[in-house]
Amino acid sequence: MRVAVVTFPGSNCDYDLYQAVKQVGGNPEFRWHRDRDLDGIDAVMLSGGFSYGDYLRAGAIARFSPIMEDVVSFAASGGPVVGICNGFQILCEAGLLPGALIRNESLRFQSEDCRMRVERTDTPFTSAYSPGQVIRVPLAHAEGNYRADEETLAHLEGENLVLFRYVDAHGEATSDSNPNGSTANIAGIVNESGNVMGMMPHPERAMEALLGSEDGVPLFESLVASLAAGAGAGR
Amino acid sequence: MSAAGAAPRALRPTAVDPRPGDPEVTPEVVADHGISPDEYERIERIMGRTPTFTELGVFSAMWSEHCGYKNSKPLLRLLPTEAPWVIQGPGENAGVIDIGDGYALAFKIESHNHPSAVEPYQGAATGVGGILRDIFTMGARPIAVLDSLRFGDLDTGRVRYLFGGVVKGVGDYGNCVGIPNIGGEVYFDRGYEGNPIVNAMCLGLMKHDELITAVAEGVGNPLMAVGARTGRDGIHGATFASEELSEDDDVESRPMVQVGDPFTEKLLLEASLELIRSGHIVGIQDMGAAGLTSSATEMAGRSGTGVEIDTALVPVRERGMTPYEILLSESQERMLVVAKVGHEDEVRKILEKWELEAEVIGRVTDDGMFRVVEDGTTVCEIPGLPLVDGCPTYQRDGVENPEIAALRDMELPEAVEPQRDLAEAWVDLFDSPNLGSRRWIYNQYDTTVRTGTVIPPGSDAGVVRIRGTTRAVAATTDCNGRYVYLSPKQGAVIAVAEAARNLVCTGALPTAITNNLNFGSPLKPHIYHQMKEAVTGMAEACSFFETPVTGGNVSLYNETDGRAIYPTPVVGMVGVIADVANITRMAFRDPGDVILLLGDNTNELGGSEYLYHFHDLVAGPPPSVDLFLERSLQQAVLAAIRTGAVKSAHDCAEGGLAIALAESAVGGETPVGFEVRLNDALPPVPLLFGEAQGRIVLSCAPEDADALVELVREYSVPVRRIGRVTAADSGLSITLRDREVRVTTSDVVESRRNALPRRMDAPVAAPTDAARSGSSTT
Repeated sequence: MRVAVVTFPGSNCDYDLYQAVKQVGGNPEFRWHRDRDLDGIDAVMLSGGFSYGDYLRAGAIARFSPIMEDVVSFAASGGPVVGICNGFQILCEAGLLPGALIRNESLRFQSEDCRMRVERTDTPFTSAYSPGQVIRVPLAHAEGNYRADEETLAHLEGENLVLFRYVDAHGEATSDSNPNGSTANIAGIVNESGNVMGMMPHPERAMEALLGSEDGVPLFESLVASLAAGAGAGR
Repeated sequence: MSAAGAAPRALRPTAVDPRPGDPEVTPEVVADHGISPDEYERIERIMGRTPTFTELGVFSAMWSEHCGYKNSKPLLRLLPTEAPWVIQGPGENAGVIDIGDGYALAFKIESHNHPSAVEPYQGAATGVGGILRDIFTMGARPIAVLDSLRFGDLDTGRVRYLFGGVVKGVGDYGNCVGIPNIGGEVYFDRGYEGNPIVNAMCLGLMKHDELITAVAEGVGNPLMAVGARTGRDGIHGATFASEELSEDDDVESRPMVQVGDPFTEKLLLEASLELIRSGHIVGIQDMGAAGLTSSATEMAGRSGTGVEIDTALVPVRERGMTPYEILLSESQERMLVVAKVGHEDEVRKILEKWELEAEVIGRVTDDGMFRVVEDGTTVCEIPGLPLVDGCPTYQRDGVENPEIAALRDMELPEAVEPQRDLAEAWVDLFDSPNLGSRRWIYNQYDTTVRTGTVIPPGSDAGVVRIRGTTRAVAATTDCNGRYVYLSPKQGAVIAVAEAARNLVCTGALPTAITNNLNFGSPLKPHIYHQMKEAVTGMAEACSFFETPVTGGNVSLYNETDGRAIYPTPVVGMVGVIADVANITRMAFRDPGDVILLLGDNTNELGGSEYLYHFHDLVAGPPPSVDLFLERSLQQAVLAAIRTGAVKSAHDCAEGGLAIALAESAVGGETPVGFEVRLNDALPPVPLLFGEAQGRIVLSCAPEDADALVELVREYSVPVRRIGRVTAADSGLSITLRDREVRVTTSDVVESRRNALPRRMDAPVAAPTDAARSGSSTT
C-alpha cells in the first residue's frame, strides 16, 4: 500500500507520519511539494507543521503548492486523503473540507493530551475503532479552533460528517474538554464522499505505549486495511 | 590584574586606506567599541599601523567577552574536558559524545540574556534559533530543546511581560521548527529583577561518520553565504551582550536585537543536513554572534588558513550597507559554508530545492589573513590568528562581598521553632511560582513532535528515545542561583550534583555537561570572586562525577544599573539510558507501594525556598554536599532501577522532602496520597522543607522493598522505609515525632496548578516607562 506523505516547506510532522504508516505495514513515500507525482499512490497524507511558517494564515500559502492540484484531483477520483493538524488547515484552505481553523480561544499555542470520541467507524480512517470509543492523543497547535457557518455546521451534523469530537474521560463533549474553542467540540471531520478527512490532534504521535498512548494505531490500521480491501476490489 | 595572550605574530597587514565615508578612528570611537586603551595598543602592535574603522569593528566583536572569553578563558581551563566517550570537546559549535550503537550526541547550551531583557519575544526566539544552528552545523539533527530561565518576582507587570514574552518566544520558534521541548527550569527571585536569564540547550543526534566540523580547509575553496540575506539587524550584538544594561536600554538597544524567522530556520536545517551528507562541502558554521566576521575567522583559525571576502558579493536585504555593517550584522538564519572548489553549483542546487540562496562571497587563502574587499578595494586586512586567539585574557583578583558573607552566616531562628501552621505552609509553598506546576509554560511548547519524547517537561529530567535502538538520552538543566550567591563554590558543586541526581532518577547514567556561566561584571572583584569560586566548584564536581564539560557559553555583565544577578552557572547535563525498559518516572503509581528514602535528612534551611517564600530571606549557608555520598547514592539508584523493581524515583530539591513527596503524589496522571513517618530528631521546618542534598525518594511494590533496601545498603547509602502510597482521597500525611501534618490531595493539586496561571492570566499591561521601577521619565 503506497502512501504519499507530502512535505511542504515548513512541514515538521512528515517524518512522524512516515513512521506511523510504516509501523502498521504500509509503504510510505515522501513527496516534496514540487514533485507532482502521485501515480500509483493509494493514499495521500498531509502532515502537521508550519507550512510557509503559517505566515499570512495557517495553510493559506501551501494550498497553492504545485502538488495540491494533484491532491485535489486525487481526492476527486475518490482516493483517500488525510490531513493532520497543518494538513487539516491546508485541506480547509484548499476547499477539500468545509470550515476554517482560527486561533485557539486561549490565543496561545497549546500542547497537551486530549481525549476524542470516535463518532463514526464506517470510514476508511476509523473502521478499526469501536463506535463511541474514547481515545487519548496529543495535540499541539495555535490555530485549531474549528469554525463554520450555521448552514455548514447543520450539514456536518445532519450528514454525520463529524469524525472526532473533544470529550472528557466519560466521553461527554463538555466545554472543559474542549481545548481550543472549536464549535461543537469538533476535532476532525470527513467529506461527504467519505474519502477526505482532516483532524487537529496527532494520531501519529500516539503509536507506542512507551511514548504514552497507542490510541492512534487503529487509525493507520483502518487506512491500510481499507486500501488492502480496495486493492482487492480492483480500485 | 594581569593580562596574558598570544604574542603578536610577525605577519603584517598591508596599508589600507580609510574607506570614504567611514568615521575616523579616534579614542572616542575606540572607547565606543568597548576596547580599552591597553587593548587598542595591542591592536596597533598587531596591525603595525592604525586600524581602519572596519578593522576596529572586527576587533571589537572578536575581542568582546562573548567571542573572546577574555575574562573567563583562564577560569574555563580549570574544567575537565576529556573522557573516552568525548568525541568533540570545547572549541567547536557544540560538544559531541558517543552514546553507543554507532550514534553520537551533539549538545550545547547558550544564553540570550541581554536581548531577552530588551525584547523578550525575539530575544528568546533567536536564542533557540542560535542553539539549533550550533547543533545542526555539527551534522546532527536536533532532537530536543530545554530552556533554563530566571526572572524577578512575578508580582510586577514588567516581569510578567518578560516571562510571558520569553516563554512565547521559546515556544514559537521551537514549535515551528518542530523540535520538542523536553524540560528545563525556571526560578523567580528578585535577584534577577531587570536582568532575566534565558539559556537554551539543544541535543542533536547523528551517526559517528556524519560529524562535520567548522573548518575552512583547502586553499582556493569558495566561501558561500547560505540562507537568509544580511540586513542591518543585530549589528554589534556580541559587543552589546558584553556590556551592562542601563535604564534606557530597552528603547535604545532594540536595533541590536535580532529578529528570528523559524520558517527559514527549518529550511536551513534541512538544507544544511542535506549539504553535509552530500559531500560537497568541507565546513559549515552559523553566522551567529559577530556574524560573518566570527564565522569566517574562526573557521580559518581552526585550519590555520586565511580567508578573503568580497562584501559586494554578500546577498543583502537593503542597498548601501557598508562592509562594516555586513561584517558585523547578526541577521539570523545564515550559514557560512566552505564548499569544495568546483562543487558550487551542486551546493546551489540543494539550497534552491529548499528555496534558499547560496552565493560565493570569497575563498580560502594561504596567507593567514582575514582580508575583506569591497568591489576589489581592500577595506580590512587583519592577521587571522591574533584576531581569533590574541584577545588579551585577564586574571583578576576576586574578593568576597562581606555583605553576602554576613547573609550566609546569619542566624535562622525559623530552623528551631515553627511559627506557622505546617499543613498550611505545605499547601502554600506550592503557590510559590518556584514550586508551582510548570504546566503553564510547557503547555505552550510542542513536547511530542518527532515522536521520541518518553518523559516530557515537568519531571526530574526529560528523556528522548533513539529510534531503531533500545537506547534513550536524558537531559536536564540545573542551577540554584541562591545557593551560588550564598556560597559560590558549594552552589556550583550542588548544581552539578543535582543535575546528575535528576538524570539518575530517570534511569540515565550521567555522561557529560555543557555549561552556561551567567554572572555580573567580571571587572568587579566581588563578581570575579563568584566566577572563580563557582567554576572551581563546577570543575571539582565534574571531575568527581566523570562528567566532562564539552562546551558552553559565558554570559557576563548581567547587571542592571550596577546590580548584578545571582551568579548562575547553569549546568546542562546529558545522560544515556541503555535500555528504554529502565526509564523511570517521578510519580507514585499504586496505593500500597512502599516509599523509601535514600540519604539523610539534616537540620539545614539556608538558601531554601521556605525562607524566601515566608520570610523574604535569602540567607544562611546552602545545604552541605558530600560528593562521595552523592556518587554512591547515584550508583545505588541506578543499580536499583536496573533490577526493574523501582516504580518511581524523585530527587529532593527546592522545597525539601515534603515537597518532593507531594510532587511524586500529584505529579502523575492520576494523583495518589501517602502516609509517611519521619522519626528524625530534627526541628519540623528543616525536616519537612529544608533542602538537604543527596536524597532520593523511591517507591516499589511491597514484596520488592526488602531486596531494594539490601541492594542500596551494599552501596553504603542510608536507606529506610518511610511509608506507603495510599489512595488520593486519604490525603498526604507526614507524621513527625510530635505531630501529624496532613493535607488533602486536592488542596495540593489546586495550589500547585494555579501558581503560575493565577499570576499570568491576569491582564498583563505592556510595560510603560512609569511601570518600570526607578524610572522618572514620563
